[in-house]
Amino acid sequence: MQLTVKLFAYFRDNRFRQQVMEFPEGTTVESIIRSLGVPLDEVGVTMINSRHCELAQVPAEGDQLAIFPNIGGG
Amino acid sequence: MADTIFRVNMSDLTTKVEAVPEAWMGLGGRGLTSTVVAAEVKPTCHPLGKYNKLVIAPGLLSGTPAANSGRLSCGAKSPLTGTIKEANAGGTSAQMLAKLGVKALIIEGLPADSSKWYSLHVNASGVTIKEETEVIGMGNFAVVQTLNKRLGDKVGVIAIGPAGEMRMCAANLSIKDPDSHVRSSGRGGLGAVMGSKKIKFISIEPTDQKVEIANPDAFKAANRIFAKALVDSPISQALGQYGTNVLVNIINESGGLPTKNFTTGQFAGHEAISGETMHDTIVARKGKPKHNCHAGCVINCSQVYNDVKGEYKTSGFEYETIWALGADCCIDNLDHVAEADSLMDDIGVDSIEIPVAFGVAMEAGVLKFGDGLELCRILKEEVAKGTALGRIIGNGAASVGKAYGITRVPVVKGQAIPAYDPRAIKGIGITYATSTQGADHTMGYTIATNILGVGGKLDPLSKEGQVELSRNLQIATAAIDSTGMCLFIAFAALDDPTCLPALIDLINARYGINLVANDVTNLGMTILKTEHGFNQAAGFTNKHDRLPEFFEDEPIAPHNVVWDISDEAVDSFWNF
Repeated sequence: MQLTVKLFAYFRDNRFRQQVMEFPEGTTVESIIRSLGVPLDEVGVTMINSRHCELAQVPAEGDQLAIFPNIGGG
Repeated sequence: MADTIFRVNMSDLTTKVEAVPEAWMGLGGRGLTSTVVAAEVKPTCHPLGKYNKLVIAPGLLSGTPAANSGRLSCGAKSPLTGTIKEANAGGTSAQMLAKLGVKALIIEGLPADSSKWYSLHVNASGVTIKEETEVIGMGNFAVVQTLNKRLGDKVGVIAIGPAGEMRMCAANLSIKDPDSHVRSSGRGGLGAVMGSKKIKFISIEPTDQKVEIANPDAFKAANRIFAKALVDSPISQALGQYGTNVLVNIINESGGLPTKNFTTGQFAGHEAISGETMHDTIVARKGKPKHNCHAGCVINCSQVYNDVKGEYKTSGFEYETIWALGADCCIDNLDHVAEADSLMDDIGVDSIEIPVAFGVAMEAGVLKFGDGLELCRILKEEVAKGTALGRIIGNGAASVGKAYGITRVPVVKGQAIPAYDPRAIKGIGITYATSTQGADHTMGYTIATNILGVGGKLDPLSKEGQVELSRNLQIATAAIDSTGMCLFIAFAALDDPTCLPALIDLINARYGINLVANDVTNLGMTILKTEHGFNQAAGFTNKHDRLPEFFEDEPIAPHNVVWDISDEAVDSFWNF
C-alpha cells in the first residue's frame, strides 16, 4: 500500500519532512515508525488522516500518517 | 523582611504601606489579585473609572531560587470583557517586588487633573508618585531604554505604550525582561486601566534583600527535584528547541488551526510559519533558539529572532501570535509576522487580540487576507497614532465586528478566541465558554490532553469528558497561577509524579507550613469561585458562557464539525 508519511520537529533531522512510501498490506503504525529508525519511546502523537491513532493501528491505501515527538506549548 | 501591601491612591496622590491582612497571608499571584479585586472593586464599576483598581502581585514562590518562579500577576476589572481579569508575564519585576517584600501593589482612584501623567517608583520603604513628562507618548522599547539611562540598567519596569495611554481595550502591561526588552501581561486591556490612572510606568529599585525562606534545607532539596522534573521532561526540551510555535504543525494536522478568520481548520502556508521553519531561520541568522524570559527559567521557550540582516527583531515569539497573524490573517511570511510582533510589543497591545481583530477587519475588506505589509502599516500609522481606524482595531476583535457589521467574530465575553478551534478541539471550547476571563486558552489548556497526549488522552472530536477535563485543568491552573510559576511546569507536572509534590514542598519550605495536594486543589477551586462570584455580581450569567453562534452553524474543514456541546453540559462546569 502507498502512504504519505509526515515527520515533525527533530524527527525530520537526517530523514524527511513528507514522503510517499510503499509498505506491505497490514503494516502497523509501530512497524512503520521502526522502519524509519525513529525511537519508539520518543514518539508522542501519531495521526492517520488528521485523527489520533494507536501504534497497533493499520493504515489503509492512500492514508496520511503523521508522526510527532513529545511536544507542548501554549 | 516581612511581606507588606503597598497601596497607591491616585485620587489624592498618596501612598501607604500596610500589613498583610490575615486572610491574604496564604495567597499570591492570581489568587491574591483576584481576591483583592473581588473584595475591593465594585463589580458594576466602569473599568476605566475611579472605582476600578489595578493589583500587581508576585507569586508565592517569586523571588526565591525556585526554578521558573518569576511570573508576575496583574489583575483588575477588564475593560475588554467587563469580567475580572488576571494576566501574568515573566520579566524581572516579580522577583524584584518579592525581594522588596511587596506582597501586592494596589493602585486605586483617578487623578483629579487628567492633563498630567505620573510614574510610580517602588523601593523597600514604599512607593513614590512623581509627575512624568519625558517618556509620555513613547513606545515601550524607548521607555525602557530611557529609564535604563535615568535609573540604571537593573531597574525593573512595568510600562504602558501609546495604546495604554489612549486607553485601548487591547492595551497590555509591558514588563521589562532581563535583556531590556518586554514581556506582556497581554490579555484583557490592563494597560488601559493603568492609562486611566494616568500612570505611564512603574519603576522598581534593585535590592540586595533576599526573600526569607523558613526552611532553607528543605527548600533546596525540593528545588532540586522540581528543577530535575522540568529539565527531564521531553516537552520542556522541545519547548527549548522550537518554542511554543512547535504547535503550528500539530494543530494544523489535527484540523483545529483556525484559518482565514475561523472559516477553515488548516492553513496551506503552515510550513512557512511553523516552529521547525522558525528554528532553522533563527539558527541560519545567528539568533538564539533558546532564551529565557526571567532568571531561573530552565525551560527556555523564548528565543531571539533576527531579521534577514542578522539584526535583532523580536523575542518571546509565541505560537498564538504567529497563528493569529499567520493562519488567521493568512500571512505566510515569518518576517512580516515578526515585524508585526515587534510593533505590537512597542505599541503595547495584546498580540492575540489585535491579529484576531485584523482577521475580522480582513473579512470586512479593510485590508486583504495575507497582506502583512499593510497590517504593519496600520499598526504603525493608525493604531500607534490613535486614528479612528486605529482605535477600532485597538479596541479588539469585537470592536471591529461591530464597526463593520460582521457576524463571524470569534470572541467570548468580548475577548478574542486564540489558536485552537473549539469545533475541532472540543475541550478548549468548554474553557473558552466558562473561563472567568473571556476566551483564554491558558485558563484550562485542554490541548494537552485533547491533542498532545499529556495528562492522558481524550478524543478532541468527542463530546464526552470535555467538561470534566476543562474543569480539572482550570482548577489546577488557578492554583499554579498563584505560585508565580510559569504554566509550562504543568507539562512536567501532568506526567512526572515527582513534580507536583516537589512544588508543594517548595511552598511549605518557603513559608514553614504544611500544605497537602488537596489544599492546592481547594485553593484553585476557591479562586475560580471568587472570580465567578465577582462576574455574577457584575451582571454575568450562564447565558454569557456561550460561544458565538457561527460555531454551531458553520462546519469547519477538514473534519466538517460544528460546536455541538449542549448549554446544559457547559453549565455543569460550575458543579463543584
